[in-house]
Amino acid sequence: MLNYIIRRLVSLIPVIIGVSIIAFSLMHLVPGDPARSILGEKATETQLEMLREELNLNDPYIVQYGNFMGKIATGDLGDSIKSKESVASEIGSRLPATIELTLFAMTIAVVIGVLAGVIAAVKQYSWFDNLSMSGALFGVSMPIFWLGLMMIWLFSVELNWLPPSGRLSNDIELTKITNLYLVDSILTLNGTAFVDAFRHLLMPGLALATIPMAIIARMTRSSMLEVMKQDYIRTANAKGLAGRLVIFQHALKNASLPVLTVIGLQFGFLLGGAVLTETIFSWPGVGRYVVDAILSRDYPVVQSTILIIAIIFVLVNLITDILYTLFDPRIKLD
Amino acid sequence: MKTLAAEAKADQMDPALKSKKNSSLWLDSLSRVIKSKTSLIGLVIITLLIVVAIFAPQIATHSPTDQSIIDRYQSPSSEHLLGTDELGRDIFSRIVYGSRITIQIGVITVGISMIVGVFLGAVAGFFGRWVDQIIMRLIDIMMAFPSILLAIALVAVLGKSLTNAMIAVGIVGVPHFARIVRSTVLSVKETEYIEASRVIGAKNGRILFSHVLPNCLAPIIVQATLTIGTAILDAAGLSFLGLGAQPPLPEWGAMLSDGRSALQTAPWVVMFPGFAILLVVLGFNLLGDGLRDALDPRLKQ
Amino acid sequence: MKKKALWMLLTVFTLMVLVVAGCSNNDEANSEGEDSNSQDTTDSESAEEGSGGSSTFVFGRGADSEQLDPSKVTDGESIYVTNQIYDTLVRYEQEGTEVVPALATEWETSDDGLEWTFQLRDDVTFHDGTDFTAEDVVFNFERWTEGAEYVYYGYMFGASEENPGGIIEKVEATGDYEVTFTLSEPNAPFLNTLAMPPFGIASPDAIEEHGEDYFKNPVGTGPFIFEEWKQDDSITLSKNEDYFGETAKVDTVIFRVIPDNGARFMELQSGSIDAMNGMNPQDIQQAEDDEALQIIRRPSMNVSYMAMNTDKEGPLKDKKVRQAINLAIDKEKLLSLFEGIGKPAKNPMPPSLWGYNDNVEDYGYDVEEAKSLLAEAGYGDGMSITLYTMSNPRPYLPQPKFAAQAIQEMLKEVNIEVEIVENEWDSHLSATENGDHDMAFLGWTGDNGDPDNFLYVLLDKDNAKKGSAGNIAFYKNDELHDILKQAQTELDQEKRVGLYEEAQEIIHEDAPWFPIAHTTPPLAVKKEVQNYIPHPTGSEPFNYLELN
Repeated sequence: MLNYIIRRLVSLIPVIIGVSIIAFSLMHLVPGDPARSILGEKATETQLEMLREELNLNDPYIVQYGNFMGKIATGDLGDSIKSKESVASEIGSRLPATIELTLFAMTIAVVIGVLAGVIAAVKQYSWFDNLSMSGALFGVSMPIFWLGLMMIWLFSVELNWLPPSGRLSNDIELTKITNLYLVDSILTLNGTAFVDAFRHLLMPGLALATIPMAIIARMTRSSMLEVMKQDYIRTANAKGLAGRLVIFQHALKNASLPVLTVIGLQFGFLLGGAVLTETIFSWPGVGRYVVDAILSRDYPVVQSTILIIAIIFVLVNLITDILYTLFDPRIKLD
Repeated sequence: MKTLAAEAKADQMDPALKSKKNSSLWLDSLSRVIKSKTSLIGLVIITLLIVVAIFAPQIATHSPTDQSIIDRYQSPSSEHLLGTDELGRDIFSRIVYGSRITIQIGVITVGISMIVGVFLGAVAGFFGRWVDQIIMRLIDIMMAFPSILLAIALVAVLGKSLTNAMIAVGIVGVPHFARIVRSTVLSVKETEYIEASRVIGAKNGRILFSHVLPNCLAPIIVQATLTIGTAILDAAGLSFLGLGAQPPLPEWGAMLSDGRSALQTAPWVVMFPGFAILLVVLGFNLLGDGLRDALDPRLKQ
Repeated sequence: MKKKALWMLLTVFTLMVLVVAGCSNNDEANSEGEDSNSQDTTDSESAEEGSGGSSTFVFGRGADSEQLDPSKVTDGESIYVTNQIYDTLVRYEQEGTEVVPALATEWETSDDGLEWTFQLRDDVTFHDGTDFTAEDVVFNFERWTEGAEYVYYGYMFGASEENPGGIIEKVEATGDYEVTFTLSEPNAPFLNTLAMPPFGIASPDAIEEHGEDYFKNPVGTGPFIFEEWKQDDSITLSKNEDYFGETAKVDTVIFRVIPDNGARFMELQSGSIDAMNGMNPQDIQQAEDDEALQIIRRPSMNVSYMAMNTDKEGPLKDKKVRQAINLAIDKEKLLSLFEGIGKPAKNPMPPSLWGYNDNVEDYGYDVEEAKSLLAEAGYGDGMSITLYTMSNPRPYLPQPKFAAQAIQEMLKEVNIEVEIVENEWDSHLSATENGDHDMAFLGWTGDNGDPDNFLYVLLDKDNAKKGSAGNIAFYKNDELHDILKQAQTELDQEKRVGLYEEAQEIIHEDAPWFPIAHTTPPLAVKKEVQNYIPHPTGSEPFNYLELN
């Protein structure tokens, strides 16, 4: 097992290097001038030139890339051109927001998706099955930026139930420990903050969860159906175990494999989906941050953030694979 | 003896025969698609989309670009079925003309993904060894980016335009095709009749194009139909971020994005284009599902 | 009517789901048609979001500050905050750009206009407790000559690598509370320039203590003290009890970042912020109808325009074509897109400035005249040109994309095919200063209330250089140049007025621009907020405002 993991980790290295090269070269191909972007319309040509010099923007690309990778190797992600803050601390302050949103969305997606899928499979052809599966069809076809806006319109503008943006109302006091606000409010037993953070999370979380939820529901249903057809389930049934127990112990366990794969894959989708969701709900996370950085050519930020996102993404895939093998002893690791 | 048998089998796969066999297979599949009601709905939606696109000038009640600034942000009425937008243009007519752009996006992006993906996948699978290694590492690298981020970065490099957005979304879709084709090629490559054609001295290129690729057709078609939906969503997402279609093109994602500033006062400007996107993507997904079940049950994950 | 749209969509949607559900493959599907839209009666406790403490003023805005060191920034969002923390030697009066005392109580200038002597207050302390003296002023001015990052210093005083001080030859402490500036040439706007917020005096101790990180630990003398900065989220300031001027009426000021204009407005409606800038024009009516809100319009000291590239080979080199374009655009209609946030412009500088020439008559809307001018110039059969626009709203141009499309459509009338090229703000600046465009949107907010800051910067041939974002029409007129140069060194106000009026005549005739508007950017503010007096330069200290 350990061997396998190490081998997988080693094989990630060329991928990560490739990602860094692509991120680096893409950014340097973008037309425009970061110096101008920092100094604005009122800077003179001399000032621009001095800044370019200061930021080493005049060095050959190879040298710039070398510097970048050299720094990364020592754990230094560089400084944002625009804000001059270290990229590490900027990402550090935004990553929790994205993680909280993503985990929340994933939880919704998995809980509702699996539940709906199981019920739909058990009660195949029932109205629930039909309704939830057609709902799922709409779900996978959903433009989430539109869904988000429609939610804002309905729940914030028309009904005034939920806040349209942000993570926490500014009059709420909350001691930050993990910077995942839901977790923090539980840790500090802060009821008001919990409710407030939850209300802020609800719409973006739901919007982001829509597509994975739909896919997971469909996946769960079809793998459940497949497993339920198999002999040993029938045998278990015949043995007179209570029906429910059979389903959950045997079927669900076996059906969990493909579902797990989908969940792993969907994590990647969530990271991407966060870009749009964060934009719409003014969510102070990494997704919006990196898009802004791409558009304003903040090279160090883009390079480092994309690298980190890619690493998270690749690691999630690895973890999925490992879990996969844990769940299914039939798969051998060599 | 063995070679004889193999030769016979290769003979069997003579193009004329094969096409005959295929055509009945296709017909069979088609009837299966039509029998399944969900995919029929998908087919209806897509047909409707195509009809609307073709007869846009007849269906639209107004010009899609004519402005009437005084009449902006009017709510739906008999004069303007779906209301008017920020420059007083008729939303219904813009959606109708926008269908043309949507089709264009679907076809071109998936065309790019398919051509490049099939080529890379086929080459990787067929030649194996270092070629395979290089191509698949490249694919791994591409897949390590969340697709929308990669697309955004590509558009930032290429410049904002519908064409570039289509190229970006097309490129992002390449890995899926490449992987599917590669694995199909790998499984087909070892079959006897391919070996046989090798024995009788067929060249690599000929084997690849006349024997191996036709076998990948079904999964490619299924993947293409399913990808069109995602491609339309991604392209609309780019336009929504202002990176895709440029004014005055009535692209649905861009329409929605422009309407965003009036969400409180004129929600219909956002509502209807988004609904159109949903409907069309739904259509392609329904059809794709149906095709998958009909053509290639194995693909049902 | 909104309701109607909602129900229409919901109905269609529900129908669709049901149809698909009904057909779901199976014949056994006995759709018992359970109510799908079971209305969950949500516990709508819509938490009463009170006005957040007794005297906290929360200001919502679209972007975060870049740095809180005003000498290094040009973005309005940074200045907005530093304006609360720092004082300048002199400042603008509350509603205009006349100069009044601040850190300096009085000043005099030598006859040749080269030497300026300021008497400073002796009762001022920085927020870190150190006393404010003439040496601190010298320290700050010397610091600003140290590099290119002090953007405004370089730009206002003409600093360069060879001459880092620009027109300021030296700054000396001629007493504990007296400071003397020596200039290399007379400069009419000098005093006005010193009142600009970027020249706020910072505590030398703090600068030395924090070094590189000073920009996030600002220490000044102003009415508010910096407390906390959460990046991309909020900046908190507290009241300076010992302020030498008007002590603030609110205890705490919070600047909150809410990027989307619509969402920010919703936050205001729900009461979680007290004021906001950067409204969508579409929301103004909504705010005016709201009992709890008021709209405050910032007096205009800006201009938005469409520059026509006179330098690029092509039709726009011809004056007649540029005039025709001026005639072919219906400015009134175009401005209706602004929902009342602006008045049509006919000159390159705003009417609130002295020297504005009201006798200039705008071209007006006349398609026929435009067509015949185009025909005379040989473009009767049409032509196609580009219009470069920025993607983000600017204070002087609230929705550039809409305006671009409106112009595109109007010019179609006279057979001009316009291709819109939209770029992010900085790429837009790079592209236009390189002269890639045929036509381009841009605008300018005045810095110091002097016409020179508009006419010379934006239209003089000195600034028609590639790579510098001043005169992007690349308009070069020697006669105009002589007038503008003369006005710079002329100290007689009457004469300067005359010169600038003449300059505007010339510009009007040559039509390097299609001037669009002078906007009055709206702020939406809760009714409880009193005495919010917006300043034409774009931001104002909050020490006068009160919460009821």
